[in-house]
Amino acid sequence: MEQMITCINCPIGCRMTVNVDNGQVVSITGNGCKRGIEYAAQESVAPKRMVTAVVSVTGRKTPVSVKTRTPIPKEKIFDCMAVIEKAKIEAPVRMGDVICENVCDTGVDVIATKTVL
Amino acid sequence: MEHALQPQKVDVLIVGAGPAGLAAAIAAREAGTENLLVLEREPEMGGILKQCIHNGFGLHRFKEELTGPEYAQRDVDRVKELGIEVRCGTTVLEVTADRQVTAISRDRGVQVFQAGAVILAMGCRERPRGALAIPGTRCAGIFSAGTAQKYVNLEGYMPGRRVVILGSGDIGLIMARRMTLQGAKVLACVEIMPYSSGLNRNIVQCLHDYNIPLMLNHTVVDIQGRERLTGVTVAQVDERRQPIPGTETHFDCDTLLLSVGLIPENELSKQAGVPLSPATQGAVVDDTLQTEIPGIFACGNVLHVHDLVDFVSAESFKAGKAAAEYAAGKKTGNRIAPVADGSGVRGVVPQKIRIPDANSPAEAIQLMFRPACVYENATIRVLDGDTEIYKVKKRILAPGEMADLTLKSDTVRALSGEKITVLIDAGGEVCAWNK
Repeated sequence: MEQMITCINCPIGCRMTVNVDNGQVVSITGNGCKRGIEYAAQESVAPKRMVTAVVSVTGRKTPVSVKTRTPIPKEKIFDCMAVIEKAKIEAPVRMGDVICENVCDTGVDVIATKTVL
Repeated sequence: MEHALQPQKVDVLIVGAGPAGLAAAIAAREAGTENLLVLEREPEMGGILKQCIHNGFGLHRFKEELTGPEYAQRDVDRVKELGIEVRCGTTVLEVTADRQVTAISRDRGVQVFQAGAVILAMGCRERPRGALAIPGTRCAGIFSAGTAQKYVNLEGYMPGRRVVILGSGDIGLIMARRMTLQGAKVLACVEIMPYSSGLNRNIVQCLHDYNIPLMLNHTVVDIQGRERLTGVTVAQVDERRQPIPGTETHFDCDTLLLSVGLIPENELSKQAGVPLSPATQGAVVDDTLQTEIPGIFACGNVLHVHDLVDFVSAESFKAGKAAAEYAAGKKTGNRIAPVADGSGVRGVVPQKIRIPDANSPAEAIQLMFRPACVYENATIRVLDGDTEIYKVKKRILAPGEMADLTLKSDTVRALSGEKITVLIDAGGEVCAWNK
């Protein structure tokens, strides 16, 4: 299967063609440097993204910002958002506190990126 | 019936507690300034980083990827550790050329300070609709991207459900993703130029990931709606950026976000008589970030709009140190070499270099600027008068990424005092290419 991938490493934004067969990268063309190869290999087989959002705090006007501790599989972004949206938290919250454990079975926690005392 | 307040003496006074002001404060204290004060109009420190909940901050400075609030917290923690006084909820009303600063707050009323040095760190603001001259009605539902970001991330509500974004600056791209994740439908991101001014990474991860079309060479030509926005009309533009009749597309939407550029917020600087550069819309400064008014310094987005907060912090550390030294009475070199934009170069900062005296140490000097358009395989050259003193080849240069170069200390010491010109030599080829 052929995939088109735009490199995100620098402003050139090389358009690369990746050939993937059975979840294995067969060939990568169109890259301008070797950073492109690494990126295209990851992106074509298992793209991952950080998810950031906010969660409301009971009785407070300002929500708490949160993030996945590490990137999660791209196809789980909306499932992850649905879980984050349902989360209910109470002050005090400290930066780094776990808000949702092992979100959507990704093995990744959603943690607070702000402190609300 | 006026009665003058006795001004309070402060060695270094900093206007703004965003990333620039905080870094400047840390550097000033570390350089030995005891009597240091930061004034911030918002109730909390951190500036715009507070609402930038996405990640990608700090890669250069901390070698890790932080969200905006996490990046800000590191500086806030350091400021507290150093015991620096920060007065939040305090709006500066006036800065004078002799460094008298008037401020007002709810709890203290009017306060007047006499500062040994002032650091301007007010940041920038977004270009509003009024700066664009889009025809159509004056309905609700039109926001700058940063305003929408504040609503969604700090106040926890959505400004709309069906969204068109005009301009492809990074804040617009980030908000395209943010609104989509929060359940809105983002119909298109419309960019008048043939290229986006946003980072590639944001085009991929904020638009491509969610199948949001990026319409290059297009602009909004009409806005419809009486009370609330009901739709916008988008048309293709020609090389002169004029709409081409017959290319109109209509979008039904309730929200239009504008991400069409940032302008340094220099109201206070102008009051103080600080000369501004038309290219950067920020102060004219020397290599110590001192403006043309002695003892008034400027750093961060109030000086020139940066792409990355890491570079704002780096610049502001320099300003903080220089202001501390000025307040302590340290003298700088008297000979000045002006720095000018050559072809292909916009807004070099600093605009002046102080050439060190023979017996004082010289330091390497970084020059920052924006390429005027997209260049491939071009050479950046620096001339001292007619003599080339620096040259570097670049695979790619684009207006969306600030370019920089560093003149070595030996080069700085040897400057003739004639005009220094920074230019981009593109071998006669100029391209503006589509991503």
